[in-house]
Amino acid sequence: MTSISATATVAPVRRGSRLRRRFARRPTAVIGLFGVCVVVVVALLAPGLAPYAPDASDYNAILQPPGTPGHLLGTDDIGRDLLSRLVVGTRASLTAGVLATLLAVVVAVPLGMIAGYYRGWIDPIVSRVTDVVLSFPFLILAVGLAAILGPSLINAAIALAVSQVPMFVRIARGEVLSLRETEYVQASVVNGAPTRVILFRHMLPNILNPLIVQATVAIPAAIIGAAVLSFLGLGVQPPTPAWGTMLSDAQQYVSQAPWFATFPGLAIALTTLSFNLFGDGLRDVLDVRMRS
Amino acid sequence: MNNALHPPARPQVARLEVEDLHVRFDTDEGSVLAVNGVSFALQAGEVLALVGESGCGKSMTAMAVLGLLPPTATPSGSIRLEGRDISGLSQRELRAIRGRDISMIFQEPMTSLNPVFTVGHQIGEVLRRHEGLGRKEARARSIELLDLVRIPSARTRVDEYPHQMSGGMRQRVMIAMAVACNPKVLLADEPTTALDVTIQAQILDIMRDLRQELGTSIVMITHDLGVVADIADRVVVMYAGHVAETGTVDAVFANPQHPYTLGLLGSVPRPDLVLADVQDRLAEIPGVVPTLRQPATECVFAPRCPRADKTCLVRMPELTETAPGQRAACVHPGPAEAEQREAVRV
Repeated sequence: MTSISATATVAPVRRGSRLRRRFARRPTAVIGLFGVCVVVVVALLAPGLAPYAPDASDYNAILQPPGTPGHLLGTDDIGRDLLSRLVVGTRASLTAGVLATLLAVVVAVPLGMIAGYYRGWIDPIVSRVTDVVLSFPFLILAVGLAAILGPSLINAAIALAVSQVPMFVRIARGEVLSLRETEYVQASVVNGAPTRVILFRHMLPNILNPLIVQATVAIPAAIIGAAVLSFLGLGVQPPTPAWGTMLSDAQQYVSQAPWFATFPGLAIALTTLSFNLFGDGLRDVLDVRMRS
Repeated sequence: MNNALHPPARPQVARLEVEDLHVRFDTDEGSVLAVNGVSFALQAGEVLALVGESGCGKSMTAMAVLGLLPPTATPSGSIRLEGRDISGLSQRELRAIRGRDISMIFQEPMTSLNPVFTVGHQIGEVLRRHEGLGRKEARARSIELLDLVRIPSARTRVDEYPHQMSGGMRQRVMIAMAVACNPKVLLADEPTTALDVTIQAQILDIMRDLRQELGTSIVMITHDLGVVADIADRVVVMYAGHVAETGTVDAVFANPQHPYTLGLLGSVPRPDLVLADVQDRLAEIPGVVPTLRQPATECVFAPRCPRADKTCLVRMPELTETAPGQRAACVHPGPAEAEQREAVRV
């Protein structure tokens, strides 16, 4: 009984503020969150932030280096302002990355959970199809699908989503498979909870951690994937700027104008890093079992 | 709520009546007969103990009552809840009954609660589903229930997560959750096995109170004869899916007739007998519970029974009355003395 009275004095704290405090204690997570916020804000306000129209070319200022008056990050091969293109390009990259991951999660998680919970005939079907899709390398599949669907931002996102579905299906299925045997799931069955409630109210919160971790890998992977697709001309079409198309434009000028390739590359790297750091912190904070 | 606390007495119809329950599993290696013709009736406010070794079919009997047998199982027989046959109901109809009319508590309190919700939320969920309470009302009622199962400072505890509680506390929360809707029948599957002895006694006290205050009928599944003696009114001793002996706890403990019951009772350490030099080594029942693949054609206990002879191998003996209110499925029923005389003769 002593252990009981010892913990009985812990005052209940509101969940939201407690989570915030635990998040704030992790500097890398805060940096990640900051980075993600910057990317999101830039994407939302892009046209207002960009000093020039992203497709306005100035033939008197071709391949200007960073620091040129009026062109903070320099200009590209047809005199377009790199900063403006980078800022507006955030939209395409972020949309492709987040949309692809969202699509994948929305399709894959219910599918995996149902396969894992009901087993029966549905599980082998879902699992085998997953294995087949997973046997293609991520980018090959995305490139192939994007080529079939035709080049556009939405199609690129769909292609990336399809190639991400298997990982989410596997995680959701595996987690549910072990959860369905736990006593608290049995207990809610015994208490008369319908399957829908058991799956999405009892089990989903318990499998969120691995899903969040996977999402923080999947979003940057999709951002890189979107860059690759647009690099190959399968994503966003010119003249709409995207980080991938900027890289592909820059590749001929790497020796003359290294900044041309550096800035889009840096944008991709920093965005990816921010999402990863943020996801790591989120995972630690959301786990109620990890208490300090 | 007051009405629910004092249900109208209906003396004629048993709360729960299980009649000739069979459960067969169809596996790749053939059928396994897990439960074979188990019958019992549970009256209002009564505590019935299902006793037996692991694998004797006691948990399967409980699962059959709730309609939660695995898909490979085929049950037959009738299960009546206050006279209404619930054995053929659809899952949807059963869901309405589970948690409201019949609920269950499990052996393992450490994992029986969802780690991501507060205990108040989890108790409240049952109330919101079955009684249609709002969030506020459900919370208030959850606090009452935590009080009922004697959780100190229920008002703050209601917002805690399971990992902040000890095993005994969690088992109390499980009980609070199970009795939230004043179920008619509570199935308790080894509720004290995972707890230490002092907490066991507290949990049994709480269950005793519940049956007093709420009139809940309890089916206590256990292999712990101490628990049976402590709380049960009647006992059903099961062996290999069959009922070996049944009767009031007083009668069965004072005057066991079936050699299996005798064996079970003999395998309990008795400090008083040890001190009196009567018991120096615990009695054991040689062998293990058999797995039945075909209906028994001889007494299922015969291979392990000290009294077995040719007459036991003719057919599976039926339950016959050995004393008023006490029945045993044995060709040679009788108290332990008979066995001792026999041993002397040999």
